[in-house]
Amino acid sequence: MVALEVGRTANVMSRRFGLGDGTTIGGAAALALDPHLLAECSAGRSVVLVSGTNGKTTTTRMIAQIWGADRRVISNASGANLPAAHVVALASDPRAGAAVLEVDEGHLHAVCRAVRPSVVVMLNLTRDQLDRMSEVRHVAAEWRELASELTDQTVVVANTDDPMTVWAASAASRVVWVSAGQPWTLDSVLCPACGELLVRGGCDWSCGACGLRRPVADVALVDDHVVLPGHPDLPLRLGLPGRANRANAVVALGAATALGVAPELALSVVERVSSVGGRYGTVRVAGRSLRLLLAKNPAGWLETLELVGASTGPVVVGINARAADGRDTSWLWDVPFEQLRGRQVLAVGDRRVDLAVRLLYAEVDVRLVDDLDSELSTLENLGRPIDCALTYTAFQDLRRRAHDE
Amino acid sequence: MTSDSTLLVVAVYPAVLGTYGDAGNAAILTARARQHGLDVRLHVVEPFAPVPADGDVYLLGGSDDAAQSGAADALRAQGGLARAVDRGAAVFAVCAGFQLLGKSFPAGDRQVAGLGLLDADSRRLASRAVGELLIQPGVPSDLPELTGYENHASGTTLGPAAAPLGTVEMGIGNGDGVDGARQGRITATYLHGPALARNIVLADHVLQQVVGTLPALPYPPYADRLRAERIRAARSRADRPRAPLQELFEQIGRRSRRRRSRP
Repeated sequence: MVALEVGRTANVMSRRFGLGDGTTIGGAAALALDPHLLAECSAGRSVVLVSGTNGKTTTTRMIAQIWGADRRVISNASGANLPAAHVVALASDPRAGAAVLEVDEGHLHAVCRAVRPSVVVMLNLTRDQLDRMSEVRHVAAEWRELASELTDQTVVVANTDDPMTVWAASAASRVVWVSAGQPWTLDSVLCPACGELLVRGGCDWSCGACGLRRPVADVALVDDHVVLPGHPDLPLRLGLPGRANRANAVVALGAATALGVAPELALSVVERVSSVGGRYGTVRVAGRSLRLLLAKNPAGWLETLELVGASTGPVVVGINARAADGRDTSWLWDVPFEQLRGRQVLAVGDRRVDLAVRLLYAEVDVRLVDDLDSELSTLENLGRPIDCALTYTAFQDLRRRAHDE
Repeated sequence: MTSDSTLLVVAVYPAVLGTYGDAGNAAILTARARQHGLDVRLHVVEPFAPVPADGDVYLLGGSDDAAQSGAADALRAQGGLARAVDRGAAVFAVCAGFQLLGKSFPAGDRQVAGLGLLDADSRRLASRAVGELLIQPGVPSDLPELTGYENHASGTTLGPAAAPLGTVEMGIGNGDGVDGARQGRITATYLHGPALARNIVLADHVLQQVVGTLPALPYPPYADRLRAERIRAARSRADRPRAPLQELFEQIGRRSRRRRSRP
């Protein structure tokens, strides 16, 4: 396995040169030598793939924990979700017969072809890193093509409440439909199949022209209950906060049914899942407690604003636009930051000036902060953590230099 | 102006012509008008409701291909925008909005008719134009250099009746060395950002199309710092040499991320 050895060397070199934890680069080097490596590493294993714009990492963890109750399961725990990282994950434990892998939505098609998964989870598709993704509909079209290539050996688990995802998943022969909700609707104003205006009413949506419509759900999230036919409603009492995590949990339950795991057992497992990759975790910086929230795109921000809205006091918002964040910050103007009126926002990150301009037009009290540590030490200690909502690399940076509580 | 001299700003289908944050241009233009002491009302037209013909300024943003075709069809059929332009209304159009105002633009594999309000034709570029865009206006000009972020698959060729907004210093713009268009009271560009957040003077320019010369106003807070940062960022990308090993790793990363590009 020369390719894997080269990959491991590249990992070490990457860490030595401070270019990252090495997971992706090592795998990329290995894949450059042997493009079939991913297929080889996954042969003979049962694989669940999880993709979508938001919720991949948490849902992957939930499914890995559910499945891991009775077998050895690999997962790409660090959230590195490109094919290169999958190679590394799969090679890491030759004895594991099962894997649950988070996959970047732009790579799901390629990974499906290589891996022949048992289950493909399609969470949602909304605007994110448009400098890399160009159009949401392009990604949905790729997903639709991959769905049409799946045999009946693969079950797709898909969100009924996102028209883009439904359009894609409905090309598959076997689908478990999960109503997980979708508050962000601006990327599905028009029917993805025919371009006509979608008709919406409450949670329901349909196209008057071509008949694409919200499917009947096999599993549904209704407020904070899970509704399954033939079962009494199951209350969801998650360790993780917010509507988005209830949505992730109900999708994980949908995947559990596809894997033959009893819903009550699956539920008891997901309720114990807590901070994944530091998300929603509390850390200490400059003598203050911070609750770290990851928010990367308008749909994610919509959910984060709801969480943040439950508290009072100052909020830290950190915006970077490095490669992993998406290099354009125009999307800040799609986020209803007006909801932060009445709070003071401390703007941090590489693109804090773009953020400050946005917040001024939203009539939000914003303070441009060049040095977060000294700013934090001047804040009154309110006796509860300060919410910090950050894009991906800003989140990783703060986590790296904080001390876990 | 409407009869009570309130400036009517019309945002045209921002729910579909606003994929790259361009809906923000409406908020910025409206706020700037008020800063100038003008009475202003913002009317948002949902897709594909009728566009009123009595507006003073019309804003169109960027979109994906399906939305662009749908918007063009609806605007052509209903005719409110064309009547407004005929009456002397000002228009500020970005990206897909820019293209659909022209004589033709690509939709799928075909070339379809635009609204014909701009002497311009748009066609697919060889590869997608994505990145910081820096424009130098012609000399003499009422405009400063303009900064934004572009993200588009098609470029535009201007006919004799349209002049460009400026020449491209960094980036692609229309694709032939210039960006955007000025024709009558229409101003168009490939600058996202949104454009008016980074270039408040462009907002003043659009307002002056309607109300005549306005006295110079200071920049809103942080706006000049934002401009300076973005212009520096646009320039540094070309000038900054990459460490060879870093370039190698980035290339490996790019290879594993490459997707099929649309024609």
